[in-house]
Amino acid sequence: MSTLLEVTDLHVEFRTRDGIAKAVDGVSYAVQAGQTLAVLGESGSGKSVTAQAVMGILDSPPGRITAGRIAFHGQDLLTMPERERRAVRGARMAMIFQDALSALNPVLSVGHQLAEMFTTHRGTSRKDARAKAVELMDRVRIPAARQRAGDFPHQFSGGMRQRVMIAMAIALEPELVIADEPTTALDVTVQAQVMDLLAELQREMDMGLILITHDLGVVADVADHIAVMYAGRIVETAPVHRIYAAPAHPYTKGLLESIPRLDRKGRELYAIKGLPPSPHHVPPGCAFNPRCPLARDRCRTEQPPLYEVAAGRTSACHYWHECLHGTRDSGTPEGAGR
Amino acid sequence: MPEPSSAQNPGEAVGNAGAGGTMDLAATEAETLVPGRGGEPDPGDRPRSLWSDAWHDLRRNPVFVISALIIVFLVVIAIWPQSIASGNPLACDINKSQDGPAPGHPFGYDTQGCDVYTRTVHGARASITVGVCATAGAALLGGLLGALAGFFGGWWDALLSRISDVFFGIPIILGGLVFLSVVTSTTVWPVVGFIVLLGWPQIARIARGSVLTAKQNDYVLAARALGAGSTRILLRHILPNAVAPVIVVATIALGTYISLEATLSFLGVGLRPPTVSWGIDISSASTQIRDAPHMLLWPAGALSVTVLAFIMLGDAVRDALDPKLR
Repeated sequence: MSTLLEVTDLHVEFRTRDGIAKAVDGVSYAVQAGQTLAVLGESGSGKSVTAQAVMGILDSPPGRITAGRIAFHGQDLLTMPERERRAVRGARMAMIFQDALSALNPVLSVGHQLAEMFTTHRGTSRKDARAKAVELMDRVRIPAARQRAGDFPHQFSGGMRQRVMIAMAIALEPELVIADEPTTALDVTVQAQVMDLLAELQREMDMGLILITHDLGVVADVADHIAVMYAGRIVETAPVHRIYAAPAHPYTKGLLESIPRLDRKGRELYAIKGLPPSPHHVPPGCAFNPRCPLARDRCRTEQPPLYEVAAGRTSACHYWHECLHGTRDSGTPEGAGR
Repeated sequence: MPEPSSAQNPGEAVGNAGAGGTMDLAATEAETLVPGRGGEPDPGDRPRSLWSDAWHDLRRNPVFVISALIIVFLVVIAIWPQSIASGNPLACDINKSQDGPAPGHPFGYDTQGCDVYTRTVHGARASITVGVCATAGAALLGGLLGALAGFFGGWWDALLSRISDVFFGIPIILGGLVFLSVVTSTTVWPVVGFIVLLGWPQIARIARGSVLTAKQNDYVLAARALGAGSTRILLRHILPNAVAPVIVVATIALGTYISLEATLSFLGVGLRPPTVSWGIDISSASTQIRDAPHMLLWPAGALSVTVLAFIMLGDAVRDALDPKLR
């Protein structure tokens, strides 16, 4: 198993009227070939910005990558000339967007948009590309693919549209696919189908997948590893099954507690108190300290590094030990609610 | 994962739904199979883009049909005025000055003794030529500059916006009096050029705005993520989605440009004799309005109907192209 993508110490800033916002502040993660990394976090935690930096579609200005390295097969994408980089995009790495209705061009038929992937990147003839487009639509299980290839995006239902989006991303069999909240805009029932399809295609094609989401429920069955982000930093990384059993960061723990569960029916749903910090005013020390039930003086002054908690597990909490083993009462979220 | 196949088996689907919980996935999937929009009958049953959708709406809009018929008629007589008025608009008989209608001369005669009917019919050519050419010029120039400003932004945008502000600041009648009074040509081209010069900023603004909006769309980001370059994004993804408002504004502008030409001709700085134009005729008739109102009525009526037809057409096109009004 080789490392497909390695992001090292990435910093992204946005220059705005209110000053400089550090959207991504020293993020590192790696994706192995054929594996799924789930990047988890609230809105504004920097997960999408990191993905856009990896794809090279960051809006700049105002966005700017100030430091870091994004290595794809060991080759730094940030120093690569734009021409070469463009050849990588679409062909070797691709992206699935959250809202397929706005991510598909409304004036071109979906068959045309799919075929374009082949004509532009591969120089396939129009006729062959059309056939391949239908094949792709079949592959993502769009019923009556041949008839529907001439339809426009607004004529598809939400789930079908997201399938078209997936088909576009996998068209050239990329080694890495970044899915930015691929199911957020869909009904719960359709969400499961789209996730299953994505997982299945990933297995078949042995591609690396970065799954960006704020929904822990989506992640459990699909991901191999999880990276939890908060205020532009990674706060915890772990293999997926371990994180559900025993989170090593109070933020992750809070997220897990706030999933509705059948066995807690009738009880009030837990919510992490407070709000995520504005990227303009990240609190000193640990960014999570104002909301953290474990917070002490040290947390307000000293920014925690990523501690190695176990093999392949890290946590950016000074008191990860307590969180993991629950040695202090206040570590339980119920205690924090009061 | 329950797939469409299970939807083809009603018994199984019902069974699943009966089991409740997560198993009614099959039913949802079956629902997504229905093509078109939410079960609404889809006339024609063919794929429809924004354009074919708009055309579909337009054909059923009486405002569009009426204005389009008037415009087709005007264009035909502009190209072949001899088809309905075989006389020579410049052949005048001063003895018949300001005479009323006579057999073969239904609109009467003007001060110079020229046939008003012939002059009115022949006047369409100048008005339509000015309107169409000025609109085409302003739309091309304004559309191109506005699209570039919106797409590239930065200093190019700032520069263009300031230049268009300067042209916006010129009062159109005053500008016409100043610029066109020095022109000696009797063709329509100085007037066309002047209207393009003052008309492009309006279209550039609209084009810039709609390109800026189209640029923000996720599909532009998606196209970039799939490896498309700047040229491709501009031509394939932004322009087709930004062109509708420009078309609408240009259609309405066509009507106002025609009336602008008449205004300038009325003031004596637009078209000049021997060119036959409604503006010139209105101008020469205006002093005789009490003695011979028919001289004013016919060219002014033709002008009003023409302008109205283009503005109505623009309105109908706007309604058809604006998805929010659906």
